[in-house]
Amino acid sequence: MVLDYGSGNLRSVQRALERVGANVEITSDATSAASCDALVVPGVGAYASCMAGLTAVRGESIIDARLAGGRPVLGICVGLQILFSAGVEHGTRTAGLGQWPGTVERLSAPVLPHMGWNTIDVGEGSTLFAGVESERFYFVHSYGVVSWDFPDDGRSAMKPPVASWCTYTDRFVAAVENGPLVATQFHPEKSGDAGAYILENWLTSLR
Amino acid sequence: MSLAVRVIPCLDVDAGRVVKGVNFVDLRDAGDPVELAAAYGDQGADELVFLDITASSASRETTYDVVQRTAESVFIPLTVGGGVRTVEDFDRLLRAGADKVGVNTAAIADPSLITKASERFGSQCVVLSVDARRCVGDVTTPSGFEVTTHGGRRGTGVDAIAWADEAAQRGAGEILLNSMDADGTTQGFDTELIGLVRRHVDVPLIASGGAGVVDDFPRAVEAGADAVLAASVFHFGHLTILDVKSALDNAGLPVRRHNVSYG
Repeated sequence: MVLDYGSGNLRSVQRALERVGANVEITSDATSAASCDALVVPGVGAYASCMAGLTAVRGESIIDARLAGGRPVLGICVGLQILFSAGVEHGTRTAGLGQWPGTVERLSAPVLPHMGWNTIDVGEGSTLFAGVESERFYFVHSYGVVSWDFPDDGRSAMKPPVASWCTYTDRFVAAVENGPLVATQFHPEKSGDAGAYILENWLTSLR
Repeated sequence: MSLAVRVIPCLDVDAGRVVKGVNFVDLRDAGDPVELAAAYGDQGADELVFLDITASSASRETTYDVVQRTAESVFIPLTVGGGVRTVEDFDRLLRAGADKVGVNTAAIADPSLITKASERFGSQCVVLSVDARRCVGDVTTPSGFEVTTHGGRRGTGVDAIAWADEAAQRGAGEILLNSMDADGTTQGFDTELIGLVRRHVDVPLIASGGAGVVDDFPRAVEAGADAVLAASVFHFGHLTILDVKSALDNAGLPVRRHNVSYG
């Protein structure tokens, strides 16, 4: 299901997932969003308004309930950003869902938004990028997570999240794979055939 | 590696059909927009622009239908412009499946449209389309370029560079810069105009108007464009997307290669 909280090109996400064989519905219903096989959380525009929209449909408890049960969630664009601790826009700090440490900040590139197709420095152990490691993906955003400070002392029995990166003046998080919680800063649904493979890899990982 | 230069075909759509003529007159029918969009997607177009030149409001319903059908079958970003007057027009096009919406004349009359649209939908989907030309007659502007409306037929006396800058400050996330002097001439992009806008504006810049041969495209990028747009040269098969990407590549500019195909 694709979570409708007033943000994102829902229909494009739906069609792109249908292209790779999924049955997709768009919903703002908390119960079905919490219990469905897989949930996509899209998002475009401002961090603060996305968080407000998400709160209005009880997005935080939907995502928490899903993750508590190991049920998959895919965040796209601002849908990735809101999974981090906070976002800072025009000097105002907005709390995020805090699934991962890290703050979403304005990038420092001379031309923003970062708009267009860029390459990925794919993290070790990634399954999301299998077969499309060298492809370009479509980004459109001005903010990103430039510092990933997930504590990993190498002694944990748990697999740390796999972070993949993109560089546009700054190096920033392009995707995170963390058990049932996966997110991309780019738009797989707008990334042509390469994006279709990302969505297919994600679906395959759910089976 | 770095961000690829985007190569963007523009489809002028009138009542559901693609048209393009020299300097926006003497229009010729060049096909079905949905099929053409899919074909360009297959060729490796990085993005698509639909410019709706439909005059009558009755025929505008056709536009929403075309946008919707295109968005359902083509998985690259789609910008739709032409005749956008209100925030509601933005909303409707975005709901139909457009990723970005271009505004032109209405924003000149009411610049707050840019502010309102970017606040509501985000800067990333607000594209300011500027039809600029060198000042003629007794019209002067500081940059020497003025904004025109009505497909270049009417001057406004507004400085094109200052206007692009103001629009970016108001929240436009991208400038689609069309040179009315170069448009339809196939004599190359107006690199002077591109360079001026680049020096004053810090949002992505799409260069449009004047493309004739492949070597025109790297020149536009070297002048400061982040993306290059053309219509006729693509529609009539004079150049392919791949021809343009090869020329950019040969000039040492990054492009997206169409390496994988799905399904």
